[in-house]
Amino acid sequence: MALRTLATRKTLGALSRFPQQLRGLQTFTLPDLPYDYGALEPAISGDIMQLHHQKHHQTYITNYNKALEQLDDAIAKGDASTAVKLQSAIKFNGGGHVNHSIFWKNLAPTKEGGGEPPHGSLGWAIDQSYGSVGKLIAKMNAEGAAVQGSGWVWLAVDKELKRLVVETTANQDPLVTKGPSLVPLIGIDVWEHAYYLQYKNVRPDYLKSIWKVINWKYVSEIYEKECP
Amino acid sequence: MYVFFSNPTYHHPDCSSREITMASIVSHLTSSFLSTPGFCRPSQSLHQSQKQMRCTRKSVPRTISASIDLKPTPYALDALEPHMSKETLEYHWGKHQRGYVDNLNKQIEGTEFDGKSLGEIIIASYNNGDVLPAFNNAAQVWNHEFFWESMKPGGGGTPSGELLELINRDFGSFESLVSEFTLAATTQFGSGWAWLVYKEDEKLAVVNSSNAINPLVLNYDPLLTIDVWEHAYYLDFKNLRADYISTFLDKLVSWTAVSIRLLEVQAVVALRKKADENIAELDAIIATRDNDTTEPEDPDEY
Repeated sequence: MALRTLATRKTLGALSRFPQQLRGLQTFTLPDLPYDYGALEPAISGDIMQLHHQKHHQTYITNYNKALEQLDDAIAKGDASTAVKLQSAIKFNGGGHVNHSIFWKNLAPTKEGGGEPPHGSLGWAIDQSYGSVGKLIAKMNAEGAAVQGSGWVWLAVDKELKRLVVETTANQDPLVTKGPSLVPLIGIDVWEHAYYLQYKNVRPDYLKSIWKVINWKYVSEIYEKECP
Repeated sequence: MYVFFSNPTYHHPDCSSREITMASIVSHLTSSFLSTPGFCRPSQSLHQSQKQMRCTRKSVPRTISASIDLKPTPYALDALEPHMSKETLEYHWGKHQRGYVDNLNKQIEGTEFDGKSLGEIIIASYNNGDVLPAFNNAAQVWNHEFFWESMKPGGGGTPSGELLELINRDFGSFESLVSEFTLAATTQFGSGWAWLVYKEDEKLAVVNSSNAINPLVLNYDPLLTIDVWEHAYYLDFKNLRADYISTFLDKLVSWTAVSIRLLEVQAVVALRKKADENIAELDAIIATRDNDTTEPEDPDEY
């Protein structure tokens, strides 16, 4: 199964570098996961990963592409009211695609460094802003648990102020809706589909477990790009 | 005047037939409605055991309880199988709804909400949109009670009578209502609910709402709801919300409950109109009496 995934990863890897071009409109395809569906167990079950990736993320992409085509059409026709009406579908589905693309990169199997705490400048910045990685995690978990309904909890860096920020967003609102200079470092999906099959109603348990598979190495790379 | 709407008593089909007439509802409502300051509480003190389905008259308890209860579902937790699993009910009612109840009671203890009815807490904590912390839990308790009572074992089918007439009048056809309700439930982004409501203009409409928002704070009378938070369907349907919605409409919805709620709303509207007429009549008499200065006041005249 690992071999097949590797082969798929190679092929789709090539394809995803060249998003489909239809009539000049750039549409999107599902990015491949850099690990097997079961590789994040026991923190996140293989069933959840497969559904989350193949069904939920794919649906956002499908509907985003549809909305973009309709928008393209409306713009070409000068149909302003349709263009405006499509904005919520674009924000929702486009946001869903953006957010989940970040999410998959935020995760890594433990044997590939998932859960390994950050060192270097990010580790230092976290200690400065929050006291310790543990305290940051506690803060993010509290805010993530408190999100009403569906949404995300984020660790971000404000690229203007060069400051770490913890934020939450509702539904699939991308992080920029909370501040145009916010760059996402870690996004944790707290929609029920992200954990329900495994953790049921106990979102706090999911939040505790997910830190075992957070890909701090990738997070540090993003941080160092914004705060060299 | 804003009308707060309580949950109807569940009339189990095995009950001896009781004629639900406008008159019986009006007479019942008159005593309970006009004596309770503004609201009908959901019948919290009817502690029906899950297995027992008694015929009960709709009664609005006059006693005030210091805390909100976890109201039992109108049927056993496995009664909606195979369309909605026992496991779903165990989590949805036993964990989610129980959590809302427990957290609400913790929030309101010792505050001005302590001892108030669920409806009063919802309206007060909604605070015209500037929402207070208790709102989410209070509204979700109410929403879930309303949701369970919107379904029944052997549900589905089509509505009849007055309800069907209004559906045909306001939607064109039952199929059209199904279509609109399905669309509202499918396109509610994120967590929320879809509703059939009775509006102030006495027309039926379909609305959806996000998270805990319900028609009570939107100034509509709710008649039917479906929960589209993922926890409502994920164990049984995974990501397939559309399948859950069509199963709800084909196999679970209780048009009986919707009809009863419609009759209650119409009764209240009629009562309110009559009250307004009476007041107008009284005003006219007083105006006449006050204008009439030639004759001395004769108390025997009245």
